[in-house]
Amino acid sequence: MNSPRTTTYREAMREAIRDAMNRDDRVFLMGEDVGRYGGCYAVTKGLLEEFGPERIRDTPLSESAFVGAGIGAALAGMRPIVEVMTVNFSLLALDQIVNTAALYLHMSGGQFNVPVVIRMATGAGRQLAAQHSHSLEGWYAHVPGLKVATPATVEDARWMLSTALEDPDPVIIFEHASMYNMEGELPLDGGPVDLATAAVRRSGTDLSLITYGGSLPKTLAAAEELATMGISAGVLDLRVLRPLDTDAIIAAVSATHRVVVVDEGWKTGGISAEIAAIIAENAVWELDGPIKRVCSEEVPVPYSRHLEEATLPQVQDIVAAGRDLVAR
Amino acid sequence: MSASRSPKDLLREMLRIRRFEERCAELYQAEKIRGFLHLYIGEEAVAVGVMGALEPQDAVVATYREHGHALARGIDPGAIMAEMYGKLEGCSRGRGGSMHLFDAAKRFYGGNAIVGGGLPLAVGLALADHLRGSNRVTAVFFGEGAVAEGEFHESMNLAALWHLPVLFCCENNLYAMGTALERSESQTRLTLKAASYEVPAWEVDGMDVLAVGEAAGKAVESVRAGGGPHFLEFRTFRFRAHSMFDPELYRSKEEVEIWKQRDPVEVFRTRLKADGSLSDDEWEQMEREVTEEIDGAVDFAERGTWEPIEELTRFVYSEGGSS
Amino acid sequence: MIDFLLPSLGADMDDAMLVEWLVKPGDAVARGQVIAEVETDKGVIEVECWHTGVIEELLVQPGLEKLPVGTPLARIRSHDDEPASTPTTPAGPTTRTVLTPPVHHDEPTPPVRHLAHQLGVDLTEAIGTGEGGRITRDDVHRLAVSASVTPTAPLPGDRLRTKASPRARRLAGERGVDLGTVAATGPAGMVTASDVEALAMEAGETADRGVAMRQAIARSMSRSNREIPHYYLATRIDLHLAMLWLEGENEERPIAKRILPAALLLKATALAVRQTPELNGHWIDDAFRPAGAVHLGVAISIRGGGLVAPAIHDADRLDLEETMDSLRDLVSRARSWKLRSSEMSDPTITVTSLGDRGVEIAFPLIIPPQVAMVGFGKIADAPVAADGSAVVHPVVNATLAADHRVSDGHRGGIFLTALDRLLQEPESL
Repeated sequence: MNSPRTTTYREAMREAIRDAMNRDDRVFLMGEDVGRYGGCYAVTKGLLEEFGPERIRDTPLSESAFVGAGIGAALAGMRPIVEVMTVNFSLLALDQIVNTAALYLHMSGGQFNVPVVIRMATGAGRQLAAQHSHSLEGWYAHVPGLKVATPATVEDARWMLSTALEDPDPVIIFEHASMYNMEGELPLDGGPVDLATAAVRRSGTDLSLITYGGSLPKTLAAAEELATMGISAGVLDLRVLRPLDTDAIIAAVSATHRVVVVDEGWKTGGISAEIAAIIAENAVWELDGPIKRVCSEEVPVPYSRHLEEATLPQVQDIVAAGRDLVAR
Repeated sequence: MSASRSPKDLLREMLRIRRFEERCAELYQAEKIRGFLHLYIGEEAVAVGVMGALEPQDAVVATYREHGHALARGIDPGAIMAEMYGKLEGCSRGRGGSMHLFDAAKRFYGGNAIVGGGLPLAVGLALADHLRGSNRVTAVFFGEGAVAEGEFHESMNLAALWHLPVLFCCENNLYAMGTALERSESQTRLTLKAASYEVPAWEVDGMDVLAVGEAAGKAVESVRAGGGPHFLEFRTFRFRAHSMFDPELYRSKEEVEIWKQRDPVEVFRTRLKADGSLSDDEWEQMEREVTEEIDGAVDFAERGTWEPIEELTRFVYSEGGSS
Repeated sequence: MIDFLLPSLGADMDDAMLVEWLVKPGDAVARGQVIAEVETDKGVIEVECWHTGVIEELLVQPGLEKLPVGTPLARIRSHDDEPASTPTTPAGPTTRTVLTPPVHHDEPTPPVRHLAHQLGVDLTEAIGTGEGGRITRDDVHRLAVSASVTPTAPLPGDRLRTKASPRARRLAGERGVDLGTVAATGPAGMVTASDVEALAMEAGETADRGVAMRQAIARSMSRSNREIPHYYLATRIDLHLAMLWLEGENEERPIAKRILPAALLLKATALAVRQTPELNGHWIDDAFRPAGAVHLGVAISIRGGGLVAPAIHDADRLDLEETMDSLRDLVSRARSWKLRSSEMSDPTITVTSLGDRGVEIAFPLIIPPQVAMVGFGKIADAPVAADGSAVVHPVVNATLAADHRVSDGHRGGIFLTALDRLLQEPESL
C-alpha cells in the first residue's frame, strides 16, 4: 500500500524523533519542557511516556549548559538531539555552538568530531514581539564547521532528522513555528533525504523565486498569483543554508535570468545577501535585471498586528518584486 | 589510585612540568612559540596530584593553561611542543597551538580558550557515561575566575540535578588574569557555592602534591561509586604572570615571593631529601633526565614540518562523513 | 659569545624601551635570572636571560628610545659557548640543544607562502627584500604583477555604457549589435536581453549578415541625422614633412612592419583631440559625458557593403608601430566578423578615411552617441605655396563633423589646427 498519507509538519517531526530513538539507543533528546509539558510546540508530546525520563530529558533553563552537555555527550559517542525552544534563546548558547561545536574538529586537528543535532523553532508572524521573532539562520550559516538545515515541507521534516543524526558533524535544524500545523503528503516509502541540495518546488521560465524555510508557503502562493498575470515563476527551496547548493542557484538564474530572493531575516548582511553575492560572482552575465530581495523591514519585529505584517515579507511583496523584474 | 606512584615519581612529574614551562618561556621570547602562552609554574602539584587519581578511561577537560595537565595525563612532550611550534606533528596538527592541546587516545578534551567553556562539555561527557551505565569519571579543571560565569552555575546545577560523575577541580590561584578574587566575587568561599548546589566540596592545599593526591583520590572514588558530582578547590598560585605579556601590575612582588616559599617542587624535594628517600645524586640525575627529555621534545618540534597550505580547508567537516 | 636580544613577550608587542639594567659588565648571570627591565605599552616587565655566563658588554643604555623586538641589548660570554649546531646533529648530553635561528630568517613565513599559493606565484623566483634576504608579502605581489598577463578586456573606468543588463550586454556583443541602436523596454530605460534578441532576430530573419548590418546602419544614421545638429569644418594639411619622415622610417623596417600614412593620421587625430575634449565623448541622456580616454573608432568597410567602426583603445598612448598593428588587426577581424563587443561600444570619436576611394573631401555623419567624426580624403599631390614660391607637396583634406550641442566652430578650429601642427612634426607622433 503505497499511497501517500497526509500528516502535519509537527507529527512528521515527532515521527522522525520516535523513529530515530527506536533505531539507535545512542539517541536521546533534551531541552526545556520537552518531557512533562510535551514540548513547547507539542512536537515531543507523548515521547516521555514512550521512552522514559532518561532519554527524554527536561532541562533547567540553562541553554549554555545543556547545549554544551549535548556537545559533550556527542563527543563521548552518544547521538543527542538538543532542542532549544526557539532561536531567540539560542543566543545564550551561542558560545557553545560557535566556540565548541563548530570548532572542536578543527582545533583538535581532526581528532574530535561533534555529532550533535540541535533543533530550534524560528521565525515570526504570531505577534510575539521582537524578542521572540528572530530569524537568525543566516548567522549560523556563516560559521564553518556547522551545517544548517531548514526543512520547509512535511517530507523534509520527516526525513532530515535521520540524515542529521547520521552526520558526524554538528547540524542545526530550523523549524519555522508557523509550519507546525501545516499539512502535507508523506509517501509511505519515503526515506532519508540529503542535507546538501536545493529542491525545485515549482517550475517556471520567466523568473526564479529563491527561498527557504517558513517563507516557502508564501513564495509558492506568490508564484500562483504571478501565473494569473501571465508570469511563469519557478520556486527553488534551498533546504540547506550551509552548505548552500550553489549549483542549483546558478542553474535557476541561468534558466530564467531574473531572480527574487525571499528571506524572513533582515536584509542587511543576511543569507539573502550571500545568495545575491553568489549570483553576482558566478552568474552575472545571465542576469537580465537587478537581483531583488524580499526580506523583513529593518526594524525589530513589532507586536501590533498590522505593523508586524508590514514588517515581514508577504505574498504581495513577492508578487510586486516579480512583476517589477518582468515589466514590459 | 591508579598504578601507585612513588613520591619520586610525583616529584619527577612536577619537575618535568616545571622545566617544560620554563623552556616554553624561553622559546616564546625567541619567537618559536607565538600567540598566547599561559604557564603553569607554581601549580604543578594540582595537575600531578589529580591525574594520579584518575584512570586511563576517565576523561579530562582543561583550560588554556593546560600544559601541565597534558603532560601529567601522559601526552608526549614532543607532540605538545610541536603543537606550540605550530607544526604538523603537534598533537592538534598545529591547528590549535598552546591553548588547544587535544589527545583522543588519552581522552584529553582540550585546551579551551573560553573561560568556563569546558564546564558544560564535561557535564555532557559525564551524561554519556551515566546513560551508558559506565563508571568512568570526568575531571574538569577551571580557574576561580570561571566561577563568575553563568556556565559554571548552570553546569554545577545540571550535574547535581542529574547526579552525574563529574569531578569539578577549581584551581584557585587568586587572580583571574589581573583581577583578584575578592574584587569579583561577593562570596569568596568557593566551596560554599558548590554546597549551594548540594555538591560535596573541599578546600585543598594545592601546593602539596600529597594533599592533592589524597583529596582527589577520595573524591574520585566517591564519584565513581555513584556519589554524583564533587567539587575540589585547590588553593594554589602561579609564580609567573597570567600570560607572557603581562607586567603584573595587579599584585605585589612580595606576595609572589611569599608563595614561592611554598614552591611545590622545591618543598617536596626538600621533604624527600630530609626523609632520606632522595639523594643529591638522584636529584641531579632526575634533573638531567628531565632536561634530556625536554631537549628531545624541542628537537622534535624543531625538526617538525609545516602542514601544506593546500590542506588548509580540511578538518572543517569530518572526512568521509555522511550527506 | 651570545647576543641577548630584546625578547618578544606577546603577540602584540612590537617594541619596548629599556628602563634599567640590573647587571653590569663582568657580572655573572644564571639561566632564568632577571637582568633588565623594559617598558612596554602595558607597563614595565622584567626580562630574563636564558644563558649562564658573564656579561661581556652592554650594547644599549636605558633611555626613551623605542627598540624593536630582536634588538641586541647585551653580549654574554656563555659557559656553554660553542658553535651553533644544526638541529639534525644532536648536541652532547651535557650541553643544551642550540636552537636554529627563527624560521623567518631562512624561509618565507607561512602567511607569505599562503599568499604566494593564492596568487599562483613560484616562490623560488621571488627576490627577497626583507631582512636577511627574507621574502616579504610585497616581494610576492611584485612577482605576481610582473608575471601576470595584461587582460584583453580594457579596464573599467571611463567606458561609457548604455544602460543594459549584463545578459543584454553579452548578447549584444555576441551578435555584433550596437547597444546604442537597441530600443530599450526594460525598467528605467534599461536594454534587456529580449530587446537585443528582438533586434538580432529582425536581423537574423533576413539570414544575411550584411543586410542586418545595413539595417543597423540605417537606424544609426537616421538617428544621427535626426538628433545631432552637425557642423562641418575642413582644412587642407600639407603632408610633405610627414611623408618624408615616414619614408625614412620605413626604409629601416621589413615590409610587414611598414607604417602606412593612415597610422600617422590616426595617431595625430588621437593626440589632437586631447586638446579639445568637447570632441571626445558621448551624448547621453541630454548631456555630454566627456570620455577620460581616447578610444579612436576606425571606420572599416565590409565586403558586401557595410561599415563597422571599432575602437583602437587608448589610441593616444600607442606608438606608431602599435597603432599600425592595431589598425591591421582590427581590419582583419572586422572583415572576418571577429570583433569584440567592447571594441564596438567603446569609440569616443571616429575617423573615416575614404582616400582610397578617390574621395577628396568627406562630410561624414557622426555615429551616435559620439559627438564628432573626423574624415580624411585621399592623399594626393597638389601645388602649395611655400617660402613665396609654388611647389608640389602631398596634401590631404581633413574634415571635422561635430555636434553643435557640445562644441562650436571655434573649438573645432582649434582641433584642426592642432591636427595640422602634429602632422608637421611627425617625429613627435
